[in-house]
Amino acid sequence: MTIRSATVGDGFTLTVNGRRMDSGASPPTRTLLQFVRDQGLVGTKEGCGEGDCGACTVAIAGRATDGSPAFVAVNSCLVPIGVLADAEVITVEGVTRRGSDLHPVQQALVESAGSQCGYCTPGFVMSMFAAFHDPIRDTDCGLGDDAVEGNLCRCTGYVPIRRACQSLAGVTPAGLPVSVATVGDTGTASRAVTAVAARGRHLLRPTTIVETLDLLAEHPEAVLLAGGTDLGIELSHHRIDPTVTVAIDHVAELSTLDITDSRVRIGAALPLSHLEHRARGVLPALDEMIHWFAARQIRNRATIGGNLGTGSPIGDLPPVLLALDAVVTVAGPGQSEPVLREVPIDDFFTGYRTTVLAPGEIITAVTIARPDRSARDEHVVSWSYKVGKRGTDDISIVAAAFCLTMDAPMGPTARVTSARLAYGGVAATPVRAHAVESSLVGRILDADTVTQTAAALGEAFTPLDDLRASARYRRRITGSLFEKFVHQFSAVAR
Amino acid sequence: MSGTPSAAAARSRGHGAARSHESAVGHVTGQAIYTDDQPRPAGMLTAWPVQAPHAHARIVAVDVSRACAIPGVVTVLTPDLIPGPNDVSGHTHDEELLPTSEIHYVGQAVTWVIAETDEAARAGADAVDVTYEPLPALTTIDQAMAAASWHGPEKRIRHGDPDTALATAPNVLDGEVRMGAQDHFYLETQVSWASVDAEGNVAVHSSTQHPSETQAVIARVLGVARNRVTVTCLRMGGGFGGKESQANLPASIAALASLVTGRAVRARLTREQDMVLTGKRHPFDARYRVGFDDDGRLLGLDAQLVSDGGWSLDLSDPVTSRAMFHIDNAYHYPNLQVTGRVARTNTTSHTAFRGFGGPQGMLVGEDVLDRVARHLGLTPEVVRYRNLYRGPAEGGSVRTATTHYGQVVEGNRIVRIWDELSARADLDARRAEIATFNDGSQHVKRGLAITPVKFGISFTNTKFNQAGALVLIYTDGSIQLNHGGTEMGQGLHTKMLEVAALTLGVAPTRFRAMPTATDKVPNTSATAASSGSDLNGQAVRQACLTLRSRLAEIAALLLNRSAPEDLLFADEWIHPPGEADHRVSFDEVVAQAYARMVSLSATGYYRTPNIHWDPATGIGKPFHYYAFGAALSEVELDGFTGCFRLRQVDVVHDVGDSLNPLVDRGQVEGGFVQGMGWVTMEEVVWDPAGRLRTVGPSTYKIPTVAEVPERFTVHLLTDATQDRTIHGSKAVGEPPFMLGLSVREAIRDAVAAFAPTPDAARRVPLPSPATPEVTLRAIDAVRAQSRAEAPSRVSVAS
Repeated sequence: MTIRSATVGDGFTLTVNGRRMDSGASPPTRTLLQFVRDQGLVGTKEGCGEGDCGACTVAIAGRATDGSPAFVAVNSCLVPIGVLADAEVITVEGVTRRGSDLHPVQQALVESAGSQCGYCTPGFVMSMFAAFHDPIRDTDCGLGDDAVEGNLCRCTGYVPIRRACQSLAGVTPAGLPVSVATVGDTGTASRAVTAVAARGRHLLRPTTIVETLDLLAEHPEAVLLAGGTDLGIELSHHRIDPTVTVAIDHVAELSTLDITDSRVRIGAALPLSHLEHRARGVLPALDEMIHWFAARQIRNRATIGGNLGTGSPIGDLPPVLLALDAVVTVAGPGQSEPVLREVPIDDFFTGYRTTVLAPGEIITAVTIARPDRSARDEHVVSWSYKVGKRGTDDISIVAAAFCLTMDAPMGPTARVTSARLAYGGVAATPVRAHAVESSLVGRILDADTVTQTAAALGEAFTPLDDLRASARYRRRITGSLFEKFVHQFSAVAR
Repeated sequence: MSGTPSAAAARSRGHGAARSHESAVGHVTGQAIYTDDQPRPAGMLTAWPVQAPHAHARIVAVDVSRACAIPGVVTVLTPDLIPGPNDVSGHTHDEELLPTSEIHYVGQAVTWVIAETDEAARAGADAVDVTYEPLPALTTIDQAMAAASWHGPEKRIRHGDPDTALATAPNVLDGEVRMGAQDHFYLETQVSWASVDAEGNVAVHSSTQHPSETQAVIARVLGVARNRVTVTCLRMGGGFGGKESQANLPASIAALASLVTGRAVRARLTREQDMVLTGKRHPFDARYRVGFDDDGRLLGLDAQLVSDGGWSLDLSDPVTSRAMFHIDNAYHYPNLQVTGRVARTNTTSHTAFRGFGGPQGMLVGEDVLDRVARHLGLTPEVVRYRNLYRGPAEGGSVRTATTHYGQVVEGNRIVRIWDELSARADLDARRAEIATFNDGSQHVKRGLAITPVKFGISFTNTKFNQAGALVLIYTDGSIQLNHGGTEMGQGLHTKMLEVAALTLGVAPTRFRAMPTATDKVPNTSATAASSGSDLNGQAVRQACLTLRSRLAEIAALLLNRSAPEDLLFADEWIHPPGEADHRVSFDEVVAQAYARMVSLSATGYYRTPNIHWDPATGIGKPFHYYAFGAALSEVELDGFTGCFRLRQVDVVHDVGDSLNPLVDRGQVEGGFVQGMGWVTMEEVVWDPAGRLRTVGPSTYKIPTVAEVPERFTVHLLTDATQDRTIHGSKAVGEPPFMLGLSVREAIRDAVAAFAPTPDAARRVPLPSPATPEVTLRAIDAVRAQSRAEAPSRVSVAS
């Protein structure tokens, strides 16, 4: 599998608002935002270029699991157009129905005075559009805040926008905008590896793990692109300009979700929004963290593999995976078959932004064991916390996840049989407080133990000062989050 | 007489029409065009800044040879290319367009690369080799104060005898409070593009709140008369004061580069460039000594305000003055002295931002009130209420309704607003509920606060309080409406269309609101100081009245009536009073006016009457009137982390007779949330070297929808006609921002609840913004303080 064996040097087409557009001279790493504005579709705005304001939100057409049309809201500033070959994009210009009839979400915003300066408005329209057409939406309810939590507005204070969202209760989609001629089929059955290129920039799109490993072996300089919510910032800000990008979003084997009574196995390239919806209620600590993980548009693209692969000390998921004792499956090139290895999450991070991944290796899945519900004398409690300057969609000051196994429900009489206390933001890597964990085992979880544990946790790490908070505060809440955890789940003591 | 029947009916309801923003459909369809969305002239070039890495340095050498060798780079701007003075300041003459010898903050633009594409310009900027000799720098307000680094002399306002009052007061306390900067974070970053034609005429499109100043600065640096320069602002994607003076730099760069290259040039800042290059809300350091009686009645205040002006003066003087004018907020001090001074630091030059110093002054004022109340063990809202300005109508006197700068608070509605809010928001029951909740909750506490707003309306630079308009009627009956104000989302054009339509008795759809342009209305003031509707509304109305009187002459002829001044203009028709059927259409009158050779265009002009003050003493009547409001906020605070959640907000706000309740409500809600952001999550961080560390929305957090409570009520005060304003309305742009202070005070109230016994927290210092970190520190301090100190009722003056 080589660039040469794929179709090389070709541009590609994508459909925007029902019109087929040729990528022309645009390299596949050009962002969708730049591309649509190049095409004169200037309704889509750049507010930040880093996926944090939502002004550039567009919808990508696809199909829900039941085959009905569905739209995914994404930040167009983070999406390289190469991954949209043969895809269908709807921008704010494509939402209006026949002639000048406003779409219900547009009408709702007009009537509620949901726009002031109007610059963020197209992004809100597109987030609301995708949520409005969500096939699993309860049409008796309006749109919730989560539909627009990834869109910043500096004028309205959001009150009229929320009103517009809520006013859509009882409004059912009366068909799609005429510009959405044929909603794209994102089924992967017939896909083959593809390559697009322009201006010496190649984007390769394998469809299997084997193809992915082959391409990475052949192009050691290649960057691996999953959801692009991290890499996309580098592309958008022109901090990197890779000649070869390997996009793994068409590798079906990497996008699986397998939930059994004993474990959850999450494909490395599964968008987090799928995990959020399909695994809800299975692992509460994971649910809780995903709730605080960025915003809708990011969760629609971000993946668990990406969150681990960047090796960031402040990723949101690693503390949860550490607390839940996850296992990371890594695939590397082999003689004939890929070589798979199972890496305990404890061994995965090796240093600041470094991991055990060797060149040419990829993460294929993350597996988390589920507590054994049949063990009656065992009480497992796990939860996660994220502290930021802003509750919603912030990078954490400290993230924490705890998993305690006890011989009784949590409270001042429960004896700890095992403990996993994991943190992000307090060290060069996501870490567990091993010494404190050991000291907890065998102890009764009374007030003294909790206080002593919190104090010990406060001394367990040597975090840094940065723009988000001081080291002192990080140490302080490293301990108090554990107290909060015990308090929150204690049956008796308040 | 001013109105048609429909106008009168509208006003008798106390409200104008609740119309959505005039561009609302354009906003939601993406068809509303902003400066960077305009079709680009063929061959338009891009400008990209070369930014300095030092907080203060001498420029030793600038070598552009590598940059110029990059394909696509057309030129690199140098000071010798500037035909006029190298001065891009509004009127303080301390900002070079292109630095000649020194740079003064990290990120300052040393020069700009002009290239065919963004990519080439960016590559070119990377390839400009600048040699610096670093110089000592002052990067914090503390360093500047210690080094006595000032922009000018101290200013002082003195009222009564504060020295004696403080010496004799039963209780005296000292306090200090720090507040941080705030980034405007308008969603549209600064952008301008310019073209110079073969005759030397300069056309500039700019996201500027102040087209006339942008025009003046461009004319200055290009060395041409202002009549050669036309600046147009279509609409802005938010401004909030950040595009009042800060647009001058990119606009001047685009114009200079266009002059140099002979091609159109665009200067658009990326988010990071915008945040690094442009000024922010001024951080302040405030110290005070307050004297009060045992009931918490304020007797005297002596306050020192120091603002961080950054490297150049910009608007720091009037910002600091407004802080001094508003340190009283809505509370009467019989004796008050306040000083203000602008520190000079090696950071970006801080500038106008919604409230313009008012929020900083009022934040100090609310700090004082909380300090007094908690010291006495009284509920803060009781002490606040007790000290509100009260004139004869509220059981006070002229003396207790007179500010420290000598202006009497006329039309005082603050007591009424407070009473209405307390009732609507069920203050007493909520207080009781919170006490019960807190009794039963050790680690999570709730708190609430009411804070009032009294905000003076007028530019404190009196001569800025004038405006012009130009209304053009075409023979098909369509109308163009021009005025000096810019549209940045605040709904100014929407309101101006209402005013014009009401005056001419036609539908707003008959008008086109024109882009703001210096070739239509000259010598305009910035759209700032909440003045947009007040000033331009009157000018628009004057222009329309002139046209109406001309059209009335024609209509009288057509209707065979002798008293044209009595004719009514309503619903597209003109008719005598009481004779609705004896009528002639607006269209016909317009056509007949042209046929009879009557002018169909008119200008309008307005100046605010009877305002004056002495900048030397600060005494006078600087404000035409005051806007009032109050907010009650309730929060819940997590004692483990210091994180808060806003549970409920209730607002009563005075907008006079609203010109458009939908627009005004939007200003109140949006202002509140922006103010809440300033005092809670929005933290601008510089490192010790002076590098800005919060350079985008990933590091600088403005509120999202999730931070706004579901329970958020806004009541616009009724029966609130304001004298001598356009249709009895009031300015609304800035005042609601300061309603957000209620969130800060509610957080403080919840912090105090962490004391082991109620009312034990006799002092709750809280820096601003109240991030989780400083809030948790405050909680810890309350826990420790209450253990360590037995509260005493009478303090010793320190």
